[in-house]
Formats: sequence, structure tokens, C-alpha cells
Amino acid sequence: MLLYTILFYLLSALILAATGLAVTRRNLVHAVVYLVISFFGSAMLFYLLGAPFLAALEVIIYAGAVMILFLFIIMMLRVADFEEQMFPPGQSIPAAILALGYLGIGAVLIFSDPGSRAPLLPAAAEPRVFGSYLFVKHWLAIEVVSLLLLVALVGALYIGRANKARTVATVNKENV
Amino acid sequence: MVPFGHVLILAGSLFLLGLFCAVTRRNLIMILLGVEIMLNATAIVFVGGSLLWQQMEGQAVTLFILAIAAAEVSVGLALIVSIYRRTGSVDPHQLVEYE
Repeated sequence: MLLYTILFYLLSALILAATGLAVTRRNLVHAVVYLVISFFGSAMLFYLLGAPFLAALEVIIYAGAVMILFLFIIMMLRVADFEEQMFPPGQSIPAAILALGYLGIGAVLIFSDPGSRAPLLPAAAEPRVFGSYLFVKHWLAIEVVSLLLLVALVGALYIGRANKARTVATVNKENV
Repeated sequence: MVPFGHVLILAGSLFLLGLFCAVTRRNLIMILLGVEIMLNATAIVFVGGSLLWQQMEGQAVTLFILAIAAAEVSVGLALIVSIYRRTGSVDPHQLVEYE
């Protein structure tokens, strides 16, 4: 029991540190790699919170597919030499005050509720049980989500198709 | 194990980090990454609630969040590629040309 508690706080610190590093990197590839570490931590957190199937999905979908898609796009667009104007330091104090204010109010709201002090009991949903639950109770939502993925696939193909018209990228290439 | 409030605090901090990334960065790819971080934070809340009430409802919702995140990122990245082809930039401040 104590081991689970230590692991939870260790994982939380790792996830927050990796995400904090990711959102402040100027280099996009570094940001994506830090975020992969953060999502691995989230996957282990899911396992700790009793969702082994979702932990596997988190690694496969988030850390695997989505982040690799981001890496491909970053390499394809050659945005590495693009000079991004970062968050101005003069604005960081009001931003920090607002963010910490919201976090503080949220913490007070959470901990003033007695339900938040209820300790979590370790349990695990077996993938077999979870799968049968999903397909018995939520079969319609599964169908709708699969349709949504199909729509996203068609939409991505339609938006991303090569345009025959002269675009800025081709004009730049001609000028070079 | 830990009280449920600590899971909520962790997810809230992650959500704020994602919001910071989505609001302050001047790069469409980083904005999309911020949205991904926020979706992941909500997934953590749902899994924690699923453990608190010992029901699998939250885990089912998390599965749908994962699917929606995948759909959103594919369409979003296709849009970014399309915008880059037309304007030659991924800076949202230069998108006035993208009519």
C-alpha cells in the first residue's frame, strides 16, 4: 500500500516535470520527446490506478501513434529554423499570479469536499472484463466513435491533399 | 492509496500546463500539443474516478477520449500542413493571408 503511494507521487512529479519542460522548449523535437516521456508516465499512472488496458492504449496511441505523427509533421515542414517568438518574460508574473490563483482556488474547492479525502482502494479492471463491459453497455458509442474515426480519416485526406494551385511553398521553391 | 483529491490536483496542474502551452505559444504545432496535454489530463481524472467508485464507466469514457484525441490530431495536423503549404509559416499571427 505504501509502495503504491510512493509510486503515485513519484509518477506525478515525473509527469509534471516532463510536461513543464515540454511546453517551454523552443525546439519542437525536444518538446515532443519530453511529451513522450510524460505520456509514458501517464500510462504507468493508468496502470497504478487500475486500468491496464488503457495503459497499453496510452502507450500505443498517444506515445506511439500521435507523437510520431507530430514528429513526422515537424520533420516534413522543416519548422526547425522557424524563429518562434516565445512568451515575453514581462508577462510571466501576471500569468503566474492568475494560474496559481486558479490552482489555489481549485485546490481549496477540491479539499473542502469530504469526498476528495476518500482513499482510493487498489483494484484492476481486467482487459477481458473491460472489453465485454464496453461491448455490452456501450456498443452504440463504440460504433459512433468508429464512424468518427472514419470521418476524421476522410477529412484529413481531403484537407491534406496536394493542391495543384500555386502555393507559397512552391513559389518559394521556384524563387530559389 | 492516495486520496482522490491528489489525483484531481495532479490533473488540474497538467490541464493548466496544457492551457499555458495552447495560449502562449506562437506555433500551431505547439498549440495542438497543448490540446493533447489537456485531453490527457481529463483522461487521468476519469480513470481516477473510475477507481474511486469502483466502476468501469470512467475507463470507458477514457477510451472514447483517446479515440477523439486521435481524430482531432489527425485533422489538426492535416490543417497545419495545408496552412503551411499556403502561407509558408506555422505562426498563427500570420494567418491573415489564409483566407
